[in-house]
Amino acid sequence: MNPQLVAVLALAAGTYAFRLAGPALHGRVELPARVQELLTTAATVLLVALLATGALMAGHEFAGWARPAGVLAGGVLAWRRAPFALVVVGAAAVTALLRLAGLP
Amino acid sequence: MRTAQRTLGPAGRTPRDRKTCSDPDPDPAKTPALATDPRLLRDVALVCLADGVVGLSFGAVAVASGLPVWLPVLMSLLVFAGSAQFSAVGVFAAGGGPVAAAATGLLLNTRTAAFSLAVADALGRSWPARLVGAHLVTDETAAFVLARTDPAARRRAFWISGLGLFAAWNVSVLAGALAGSALGDTDRFGLDAAFPAVLLALVLPALRDSRGVRRAAAAGGAVAVLATPFLPAGVPVLLALTGLLLARRPA
Repeated sequence: MNPQLVAVLALAAGTYAFRLAGPALHGRVELPARVQELLTTAATVLLVALLATGALMAGHEFAGWARPAGVLAGGVLAWRRAPFALVVVGAAAVTALLRLAGLP
Repeated sequence: MRTAQRTLGPAGRTPRDRKTCSDPDPDPAKTPALATDPRLLRDVALVCLADGVVGLSFGAVAVASGLPVWLPVLMSLLVFAGSAQFSAVGVFAAGGGPVAAAATGLLLNTRTAAFSLAVADALGRSWPARLVGAHLVTDETAAFVLARTDPAARRRAFWISGLGLFAAWNVSVLAGALAGSALGDTDRFGLDAAFPAVLLALVLPALRDSRGVRRAAAAGGAVAVLATPFLPAGVPVLLALTGLLLARRPA
């Protein structure tokens, strides 16, 4: 079999197993409210870590100023309860304009 | 019952959606299901659009790196996780073997186990729903579910965002793979800032509400960013969970 196909299938199977953890355990094991709460917080922490690394880093290096500036602009818009569309477009526009101005 | 603890937004607002509350909503308990959440549909549509652009570039990058068209398409259907797919294709492009590609992607996807535990209630009780729903657990669906507290709203958010994103992701990857490298550099349009901004908008309600969560998230985010230059992809985000040590202190 094609080695790349093997890699895709292994990655798919493993990922599905990770994803099945919650639904498989749900209703079977009654998690204490404190644990539930901790899981919710853990998910938020993971999302923040993802967005922080996604905003600041490209691979193992700093992504340059344009991208985090755009994300920050989007964050400010979201904080001020701007519509979602404006958050997305605002973030992309700020980054694009800064790049146009020569900022990496 | 501790559901109040999970309330992500200030009391008095609807639990369904707080990030774009510019006008008062009717009580969700008194209004019929689907029609009540126009914001959910709109937000999901926008995230689909943003992910669609990422999918386009994934398909294009994969084919440009020399992979056959069917590979990124099959990968998107079966793996359905953007960062893991990019990393696996990156390993292939760098001449790495299948073991390295699968291991890197799996490391990145360990976080979906945590997400699936946090949103398990939103999938539904039946086994078909659980088995199909499991495949739809992603960063984005988790964020949509976590922004809501009402069980029906969480279920609706999960399925609408999950199915919508699955369709958008796979269609766009296919289109990107067929278009190949004709797309050029999408960074020019600042689209690489859109995805972190989307996540930020989605987690903001949870951050706004609790000091403990804010502290944990700030510490975890800092750990992840500082660790990124030194550790393999996927590990820094998992290290962010050390931030949880700060969450239990009284808010």
